[in-house]
Amino acid sequence: MSEIGERVKKIVVEHLGVEPEKVIDSASFIDDLGADSLDTVELVMAFEEEFGCEIPDDAAETILTVGDATKFLEKNAKS
Amino acid sequence: MFDLTGKTALVTGATGGIGGAIAQALHAQGATVAISGTRREVLDGFAAKLGERVHVLPCNLSSKDDVEALVPAAEAAMGQVDILIANAGITRDNLFVQLRDEDWDDVIAVNLTATFRLARAATKLMMRKRFGRIIAITSIVGVTGNPGQGNYTASKAGIIGLIKTLGAEYAKRGVTANCIAPGFIKTPMTDALNDKQREAILAKVPAARLGTPEDIAAAAVYLASNEAAYVTGQTIHVNGGMAMI
Repeated sequence: MSEIGERVKKIVVEHLGVEPEKVIDSASFIDDLGADSLDTVELVMAFEEEFGCEIPDDAAETILTVGDATKFLEKNAKS
Repeated sequence: MFDLTGKTALVTGATGGIGGAIAQALHAQGATVAISGTRREVLDGFAAKLGERVHVLPCNLSSKDDVEALVPAAEAAMGQVDILIANAGITRDNLFVQLRDEDWDDVIAVNLTATFRLARAATKLMMRKRFGRIIAITSIVGVTGNPGQGNYTASKAGIIGLIKTLGAEYAKRGVTANCIAPGFIKTPMTDALNDKQREAILAKVPAARLGTPEDIAAAAVYLASNEAAYVTGQTIHVNGGMAMI
């Protein structure tokens, strides 16, 4: 897993309180990791903070899985 | 009980009777306060009176840019905003059929839209910290209606709905949202009433006196405290029994 992928995973584990082994690229935040819609908003805010970038609403809507987040942040992360 | 040491509070309309009393009471319980209002000199004088743990943040709530800048300014000054007191409000009274569009728009902008924007910005900070207290000052007339105040009552009723939704959405994050609905309180706003109006009002108040800003501030201190953690989405009526809802 990429360095960014590891950081994404850490944030997801912390925020959703899930087992690290469940946080795989194909895992959907809502369907597989038990997040509600507010959790996903918080995750996006946490990603923005950790990676020093802004995630616009239309992009946030396409981030449904751990892999989606990693892919987006590999392209857009500033820190 | 109700110790606010280490907490940070942003109070809008702090130059008014109720806002001033709330800022003073939160400060007396140990909170650091950011006092906001339109009149810089009055705020500076108030800050000097309070002493330490005070920040002055002038803001015109009818300006979108001013409103958007206020919570970030409070965060920059205090490091966090734990407590938001959305208190500022204006009136532009007229009989309903004579209410001008501008009177409607101005009152909704300051009383309701600014409350929405401030609460939105503050909640974002609070949900990260898993602690927050949003306290909006509504009014008894937002629940009962009042002749001559179609715009004002609509704005205050709107605040109650907004607060209920906030309370429901963020309860799991340790953020509570509540309203305080003052009845007739002795402030410059109610000093404008004539004797006859005052008498008519007092006849309806079982406590047989106007409320004081301190009566309202006590409710705000409670809602801001750790002890009120299980109270959310509520409207606390502080009105001397004028309406029992």
